[in-house]
Amino acid sequence: MNVIVSLTISSIAVVVLVLIPLIGVWGLHLHYLFGVVIPYLAAATFFVGIVYRVVDWAKSPVPFRIPSTCGQQKTMPWVKRTYVDYLDNPDSTLGTVLRMVLEILCFRSLFRNTKLQFGSGEKIKYASAKWLWLGAIVFHYAFLTVLIRHLWLFTEPVPFFVQLLNKLDGFLQIFVPTIYLSGFVLGAAVTYLLLRRLFIPQVRYVSLPADYFPLLLIIGMAFTGILMRYLLKVDMIKVKELTLGLVRFSPRVPDGIGVIFYIHLFLVSSLFAYFPFSKLVHMAGVFLSPTRNLSNNSRAVRHINPWNYPVKVHTYQAYEDEFREKMKAAGLPVEKE
Amino acid sequence: MYDGGKIITGLIIGIGLIAFPIWLNAGKAVKKADPKLPAKEKQCVEPTQYMLTNHMEVLDLWRDSVVRLGDRYFISFDGKKYRVSLQNTCMSAECHPKKKEFCDECHDYMGIEPYCWDCHIEKGEKK
Repeated sequence: MNVIVSLTISSIAVVVLVLIPLIGVWGLHLHYLFGVVIPYLAAATFFVGIVYRVVDWAKSPVPFRIPSTCGQQKTMPWVKRTYVDYLDNPDSTLGTVLRMVLEILCFRSLFRNTKLQFGSGEKIKYASAKWLWLGAIVFHYAFLTVLIRHLWLFTEPVPFFVQLLNKLDGFLQIFVPTIYLSGFVLGAAVTYLLLRRLFIPQVRYVSLPADYFPLLLIIGMAFTGILMRYLLKVDMIKVKELTLGLVRFSPRVPDGIGVIFYIHLFLVSSLFAYFPFSKLVHMAGVFLSPTRNLSNNSRAVRHINPWNYPVKVHTYQAYEDEFREKMKAAGLPVEKE
Repeated sequence: MYDGGKIITGLIIGIGLIAFPIWLNAGKAVKKADPKLPAKEKQCVEPTQYMLTNHMEVLDLWRDSVVRLGDRYFISFDGKKYRVSLQNTCMSAECHPKKKEFCDECHDYMGIEPYCWDCHIEKGEKK
């Protein structure tokens, strides 16, 4: 699909997602629908969808180990292996767990990204390409920080780690209310990831609306959140009454929360509902990557295909028993006289 | 299901972590912040709705006005003249004398600690 078409489709989708709560709350006063019903439906879709996807994946057989060729596999004792080989091509459970930890917390696969380019003169070479890794890791950790920070609206009293994180996040103590770095870092990182898709021709070529839409949606979420905190302002005491009511299952919508809050909430609800159906479900899927979560012990352990059925075999011994006399008559050698 | 035990365990841990706010709040009633409003004084230096969302900006403006410009007077939206002081104006006996009953009520509810009290002290409090 053409980049203009993809970008247009995803932008229209996000604009519509902003307009729905704007019209619904501002024009039609459907506060309860947008403040309670839709968030509940979105959360339910999210949880049911994630469980469904994971169970579905768990039903797929993984009959053999997929040896990852990133490092030297365990073999004869004289073949040297370094710690990189232990982590990238583990033969033990501990090694596999460490490989998963590196993958999930440090995005090891992206870190190994390389790019084919001209070196000095005519020679081409593979060089390390870390920008995607950097953009991705900044984006994910900023998003995690923002998410944990939002627990201040869902807990009472607010746990110490949330308060600590809020203090760390606002440690610059500039502007009133204090600037939380994570929100702006998140916005910058997700914008970088979008620009990367648009400006690198190869990446643009493989990008579809399913790639642009989540990025634009997250940009919309970050933008409305920042707008609400620093400029348009809503009464946070009332917002907390609403959010606390949601998680304590006695929802009530206080009057007088600005429409920007409902737009932000609707975009977040959309993300949650969209999650299990989209590429975003890699949050759960990364744990089930067969090239990462299985130790490479194919040479040491026999893995039997789970859908093997008993095969009818005719062994040589049985064959010889059957034809021994004929074989002797033809002068063929036999094992048993 | 293949490796079902491990996957289901992981799934339960994952969902449990994401659903943290739900089980943490299980069985609790919704609490509301209830700051004690002044008995006689009905009007703050700005309209109530504005103070609800922007009081931190007003206080920031007041601080800069005194500390940087030495300007101790503030003309409110309804034309009244106020002496710019957190402890003597905002927290005067007629308005919000008790930090606990007014400021802390919402701030504790939201789990935030404004740095006003790094410099200011509540009346009667010893530092």
